[in-house]
Parts: sequence; C-alpha cells; structure tokens
Amino acid sequence: MTTAEDRVNPAPEPFDPAAEAGRATDAILHDTLHGTSRGVVVDSPPGAGKSTLVVNAALRLAGAGRPLMIVAQTNAQVDDLVLRLAEKDPSLPVGRLHSSDPDPYDRALDDLEQVRKSAKAGDLAGLDVVISTAAKWAHVSGTDPWPHAIVDEAYQMRSDGLLAVAGLFERALFVGDPGQLDPFSIVGAEQWAGLSHDPSASAVTTLLAHNPQLPQHRLPVSWRLPASAAPLVSDAFYPYTRFRSGTDHGDRTLRFGVPSDGSGPDRVIDEAAMSGWGLLELPARHTPRTDPEAVRAVASVVRRLLDRGGATTSERTTDPVPLTADRIAVGTAHRDQAAAVRSALAELGVTGVTVDTANRLQGREYDVTVMLHPLSGRPDATAFHLETGRLCVLASRHRHACIVVCRAGVAELLDDHPSTEPVQLGVTVKFPDGWEAMQHTWDVWSNHRVPMRT
Amino acid sequence: MSLIHTLARLEATESGRAQPLATVRHRHLAERPLVFVPLTTAGEAGAPLGALVGTDRHAPRLLVVPQPRDRDLRFAFLTDLAEVVLPYVDGFAGDTETAERSTTDPESGKRVKVEVELCTDAPQLLVPSRAGLEFVRLLGRSMRFRRTAEQDPDTPYPAPARVPLLGRWLTHFGERARVPGSALLMAMTDLLSRHWAAGQSSLEDQHLGALLAWIDPPDGASGASAAREAELARDATGQLRCPPAGPATDPAFDNRLLAPAIERFDRARTALAAADDGVTADRRLAELTTAEREIRDLVASRTRPTWDAMWRGIDLLRGLPEAPRDGDRWTRDRWSYTGHRDRVLAGEPPQPRRDDAVTAANKLSARETAQARLEAQEALDDPLVMAGRRLSGEAFAGEVTEVAMAYSDSKRPSPRPLVTFRTADRPHLGERTKVFRDLAGKPQSAEFVGYADESEDAAAGAAGTGAGSSTVVLRLLDKMGRGKEPEAGSVPEPGERVCWTLFEHAPRGGPGLPEPEDTPWTHGGPPATAAEQPDRTTAEDVL
Repeated sequence: MTTAEDRVNPAPEPFDPAAEAGRATDAILHDTLHGTSRGVVVDSPPGAGKSTLVVNAALRLAGAGRPLMIVAQTNAQVDDLVLRLAEKDPSLPVGRLHSSDPDPYDRALDDLEQVRKSAKAGDLAGLDVVISTAAKWAHVSGTDPWPHAIVDEAYQMRSDGLLAVAGLFERALFVGDPGQLDPFSIVGAEQWAGLSHDPSASAVTTLLAHNPQLPQHRLPVSWRLPASAAPLVSDAFYPYTRFRSGTDHGDRTLRFGVPSDGSGPDRVIDEAAMSGWGLLELPARHTPRTDPEAVRAVASVVRRLLDRGGATTSERTTDPVPLTADRIAVGTAHRDQAAAVRSALAELGVTGVTVDTANRLQGREYDVTVMLHPLSGRPDATAFHLETGRLCVLASRHRHACIVVCRAGVAELLDDHPSTEPVQLGVTVKFPDGWEAMQHTWDVWSNHRVPMRT
Repeated sequence: MSLIHTLARLEATESGRAQPLATVRHRHLAERPLVFVPLTTAGEAGAPLGALVGTDRHAPRLLVVPQPRDRDLRFAFLTDLAEVVLPYVDGFAGDTETAERSTTDPESGKRVKVEVELCTDAPQLLVPSRAGLEFVRLLGRSMRFRRTAEQDPDTPYPAPARVPLLGRWLTHFGERARVPGSALLMAMTDLLSRHWAAGQSSLEDQHLGALLAWIDPPDGASGASAAREAELARDATGQLRCPPAGPATDPAFDNRLLAPAIERFDRARTALAAADDGVTADRRLAELTTAEREIRDLVASRTRPTWDAMWRGIDLLRGLPEAPRDGDRWTRDRWSYTGHRDRVLAGEPPQPRRDDAVTAANKLSARETAQARLEAQEALDDPLVMAGRRLSGEAFAGEVTEVAMAYSDSKRPSPRPLVTFRTADRPHLGERTKVFRDLAGKPQSAEFVGYADESEDAAAGAAGTGAGSSTVVLRLLDKMGRGKEPEAGSVPEPGERVCWTLFEHAPRGGPGLPEPEDTPWTHGGPPATAAEQPDRTTAEDVL
C-alpha cells in the first residue's frame, strides 16, 4: 500500500510492482468511494488482480454502508466472486441471485451461512452485496435502484446487456480486460456500426462514447504472467497501455524430474520450461480444422508434461508444487478442435486437463498452457482467426509456460492475407489489429521453435 | 459454411448440377408475390433508371426514367411505382382476424391479454438479388422524409401525394428483410441458394442467371458451362446475353446503348422547348416520344430476362413442399405487416433515420432470437438440414436399446427414466449437457448421463477419431405428465429411433429492455422526441 510518504520520497528502485499496483488500486478506490462521476472504468491486463480489486472495492463500499450490486457475466464468475468475498470477510451478508434452472449455482455456496441464495431479487433486499449474472439482472425490475454497482468483465458485456441493467444502479465501477475477445452477435449488426449506442459493441465502448469524462484507470502489473511472457503480451496486445510482470526472471521455475527423451514434445517442453515459451512446429500443410497430427502433437505434449514429473516454484510457495493435470489447460480456436483434443487425450489416458476454446478460457489461470495456434494448417486467415482477443486469451492464461503447437507457414500465410476489414465510419479502429499481433507473436515464438520429427 | 454444405458444393462442382440443400421449402412463398426488378443509373446513388414490377408474370408494368437525373421525371417514376406497389400492399390490410396479444396495462402495470386485429395474409416483395434489397432500402430512405404539398405547403419541392407513404412501406420491408427467416421482402438469389448448392462461391451465387443455370441448366448442358455462359457470353455487339439482374447495369450497355439514347432524349427535349410554332413543336414532340420509346425498349430489354428468371425461380421453389414450421414464421411477418399498417393509420411519423439505443437493442435481440429459432425450425423440418447438424455434433439420431425406470429424489418422486441409445453420430456431449427431441410438436428435454461403455465409447464418441457407434445414456426430464408413471408415449421404447438435438427447439427471447424514454445515462439518456425534419435541399439536389 502506498502512503503520502511514498510520493514525497519515491522509491529508489526503478520499478516496484507492488507499490505501482497499490497506487493504482488506491486511486481507483478513491474515485469509486469519493469521486463525483457516475462511473469509473478500470482496464485490467490479464491476471492483474481484477478479481481482487472487485472484492476489495465491494468490501469497502459495503463497509461504507453503501448497498451494492455486482454484475458478472457467467455463473462461474459469480460463484467465484461470492467465494472470494466470503474468504475475505466471512461476516459480510451476501445475496446470490440465481436463475430458476436446476443447479443454478455452485454447491460450495450452500456451506456459507452468510450467503443467501434466491431466484427472486425481492428476497435479497437489504443485503449489503447482491451478486448475479448480467442475464439474470436483466430480468429484475420494480426494485429501488442500488446506489452502487460493480460491473465485472465489462469489456465482454455487450452494450445491449448493459442497457438492460443500467437502470438498476445509480453509479458503477466498470472493470474489464480490453484485450480479450470482444462480444459478438449471431446476426449482422453493421446497420448500427458507428452509432454511439451500437447494441453489438462492448458495454465500455458505449459507456465512454456517451460519458467521455469518466475517470479511467488501469492496473499496471500482471501477477499471473511470468516475466518471460508479460513483455510479449504487453507489446503485442496492449502496445499503448503497457504493463509489467509482478515477478522477475527467476522468481518462478518449472522443472521436470524425468529427463527429455529427445522427442519433439520433450524438447519443446524443455524449451518452454527454460524460456517460458515453446513452439512445436509441424511440417507445413493445409489441413482440416481438426488436423489429426496437430491434435496428436498437442495430446502428446500434455501426456509428457504429466509423465515427466514436473514441479513449479513461485513467489507464492517455498516448496516446489507438483505440476498436476488440473494446472494444465489446452486452448483452441474452435469447439470441434477442443473436442478432438479431448478425445485424443482420452486415448492417451489423460484426465483432468481443461480443454476449451478461447471464449471459455477467458478469465481462467493455469500453470502451463498448450495452445493449438488459430492459423495452424489454414489456407486462409479470416477475421475470426485473426481476432486479437482470441490469440491474446490463448497466450495469456499461464503462470509458468505456454507451448504453441502449429504447422509451419504462418508467416507466409499472414503475408498472403493482409487484413482487409471494411472501414466503418464512426467506429474507433482497434489497435493493434489481429494481423499485426499475429506477426509480432509469431516473430517471438519463432525463436523458441522446436521442429516436430515424425 | 458447414461441412455438409461444403460437400454439396463439391458434389455440384463434380456433377455440374446444383445439389439440393433442403428437402422442403424453408421460406414462405406467397400465392401472389409482387416481383420488383429495378435498375439504377451509374454515377448517382439511388437514381432509378427503370423497373419491371407486378404480380402477373405475363403482364409486368414497365416504368422508365428517360433522364435519371431529372428530379421531376424521378418523381413521376416513383408516383407510378407507388400506384403499383401501394394498392398491392393495401390490398391485404382489410382482411383481418382477431388475435390475442399480451401487453402491459398502463394502469396496473400487469401483463394482460388484449384482442387485436391480425391481417390474415401479408404482401410479399421479391427482388432478384441482395443488391436489390439494398436498393429497396435506399428508395425507402430517399422517399419517407419527403413532404407533399398537402403536408407542408411551403416545401420547395413537394413530393407527389403517395410517394412518402411508399417510402415508409419500402423502409419497413427493407428493415423486416434483416430479420432471419422473414419473408416480406426477399432476394431470389438468397432463396435459391438456401435450397440448392451450386458449384461456385457464394459471391458468384449472387448472379441470378448463373445460379439458375446451375440449378436448372438448359437441356443437355452442364450447369457449370451454362453458368459461365450466363455470366460472360456477349453477342456480336458486345452486349451481355444474360444482362445482370441489377440494379446496376453492365457498363457496356451504359456506354454503348444507354448513354447515346439518353443524349438523344435530352436533345429532343431541348429542341422541343425551343420550338416556336405549333408544327415544329408537334414534330419535335414526336421525336421526343421516339427517343423516350427507345429508352423504354432498352430498359425493357435488360429487365425482361431477369423478370423471367424471377418467375423461373418461383416455379422451382414452388416445386418444393412447404416446410411445416414455415407457417409460424409467416404469422410473425403478418404481425409485422399489421403493426406497420396500424402505425401508418395512426398517423405516426416516418421511421427515424437512426435507431435509438433501445430500438436498436430490441431489434438486435429479436433478430438473434429469430436466427436461433430459424436454425432450430429448419433442422426439425428437414432431415437434410438435421443431417448437417448431426455431422457437426449438434444433434444425434439413435436407436433405443434399453429403458430403465428411475425417479427423482424429491418428496413426490417424478419419473426420470434412463434411456440408452446406440448412435453412429458423434455429438459434443459434456457432463449433464441438455438435449431435446420433438414429442408431438413439443420439445422434451433430457440430460446426458454418460457413455454406457466408458472406456471404449468416450474416445470414439467425443469426436472424430474412432469409427463405429457409441452408446449414450440420457435421463428424461419432462413431458411425462404429473403422475408417478410416465404418460403413454412419452418415453421412447426399445427399438425406437429418436433424434436428439443439443440446441433448443424454441429459443426464448432476451430480457425486456427499458422504454426509450427511460434510456439510462450509460446510453446517453432518453432520445430526442421531436419528429425528424426532412433532409434540407442542397445544390446537388437540383441539377
């Protein structure tokens, strides 16, 4: 935590992540608690302590006697926030507003006495904090507006989603990661492109278009990404709002008990353990999306990660922690690819490893991730596959190392497909574009290339 | 493009004939559609050159603007167009039935049912291609803010009486066409390419002549060569044999035929204006009439082939049986038509230039629901569409091998039978994934319990690598009645073949949004309520 003294006598060392982050958090909390604007926007790079900030802000607002509603995007996020709040302050009465589907919330919430659960907002009136998803909040009506709200993952919320809930609160703190996947709609919305209230834009875009004077903050330190990953992710995806890693080189290690057998997967694992990145490159080839060779390569990398007795050390623990299946994730661009990887893992007898698409991995954190590159084996580079957010999510889920599996030829593919998105009047152009981010990351990963020998 | 769609295109390329993508007609085709084949002038957005329009394939009405830059002639064209379109559109307004609609009671704030009129049928406009849809929108936009002399005596260039009304209707049609599955205004190329896959790209499918050539090539010819012929073949004078369906015309036609004809018309008109005696005027009037007829003949020659192609397309589509769930979508179109009829009657102002925040969000949400509903309905109506969903892991068909009775844990146990299926499909089933089947028109839901033989089937079933079949166990969740024993027919029996989908059959709409006057601060607050003024006349409007 920073104090007035720190500002008078700035720390001599060039960068103290805890102090930087503390200063940013203080400013955010000050604006939230004492500011005069109706909204505060916080941009948070991956793993910068967004959830911690939300919990802190919630506790401070509740402590100040200001009833609060929290809007998150998914039920998993809501349950996670409830558990974190309970962990921080077991005496705080929390309401969990849920849907009327069967099993609407995490059963772990049943063990918490101070958490009241209901499908009706009326039952939860008077509680200090009420949490639910945006979708559920949108069905609430006829209540007095809450004096304050926190909107979590606001960049993943669509403008029309905010429109449905904004009447429920007077002021709000909007927290989110601008680098992740933008919200999408299943029908065309070009008709409204360029309008300040384009319903398919992100909630923050609309909010700032109408309220440009709102204070905007950002969290400057990623506690998740290791020192090896933060510079690349920052340069490639956040070139104008850079951030640093909270840890330094050497603070975290990943070691394996079983030595390499010289195969492609083992060598790329060693490369990634040493440098934080590894690129397992298969021979160039145009393949279907569920490229069997690439899928097999992903699965064997995961198998070897588990077989080789990995252990991690980090700033959180003193003793090495074994690298187990639940600390590994595989990320893909498409659902059928994820399904193919799952079945390939099942064939190799691997269970417990998370395999999902970028959309579903948003907000999650693992020790080691294995990613099937979105452009692997493709004959073309479409807007979907070039989307900045997709690659950013896949490349920023790990605490220790990220292994990219890809077919050779991405550089040529990118050269053949310059991005040609139509220009829409009135729409702020997002930088960097996916093409540029692809080039940048590919450049760096090429230095960690291990060819797959078949 | 789905895998089955790609396959159909490949088969079309190989065989030289378009391949069916559907076994039923998934879009409503009215008994008496109004076909509209417009042409536009190069160089000026939204300057109509002419059109063929009408409901009788043998007697289209030809409308021509001999000098497309002349605003008076353009208004004359629009007046004529209104004379054809508006009586057709109004023709459906009088025949109504009583329907119920739920609305919020302004006094109590409760949802109540009220009886309202619903037109029993609705008009349907058909244009050749997507560019035609855009042109309808553009025409609507250019007309709906115009004022007639009656509305505003001071307006400098008053529009003919019915033109603003035509603009409002065309705007309504153009906006409705953006709703997936709607049929008030459709493009023939979209209709055809929904039902047949040609061996060309979807961009090339926008050429009506080429698409028809793939689907229904002339006797003995291959669709591929007929399509190439339709796209490229030119006659001795360098003109396309199959003129583009428009609204844009072929540059060779513009340069060599149209421009000189318009120039002759202009000269004849100037000459007539300069005539100083009756005899000269008569002669020059005859020249002007000749020049005008030339242009009419030119426009007719470029629109008539498209007109005939439109009706060929209609014939082809009528050859398909109507999809059972299409009636539901057409009812929604009737509501849309009735709603706009009522707004016009109530004297509401024309549709605003831009949607306000709430209207835009409501439209987006309605269209997303319509899209999901359309996809579900098409799959349920058509085994060929369902095959595509099964192939992509979103549905599976299987034979019941075993039914084991089980009950829920509640105080009053309800039946939750476990049903085992053998299927050759590979659905993306996860823990407790919900699946649905059609049970006498209502969706019955079940949840995935597991694969019967975990070790073998999980790998094969999950996706892709293993061949053969897998055994899926589902727990039925509803539609079995209130008793302890499930109602007869509500639980499938061993040997029965059932198709389950991972998608909902009747997707629900999104949550209600605030009224526009309650637009929150995050979205700029309530929009201005004053009716919009027409565009001001600029120097470019009066050439």
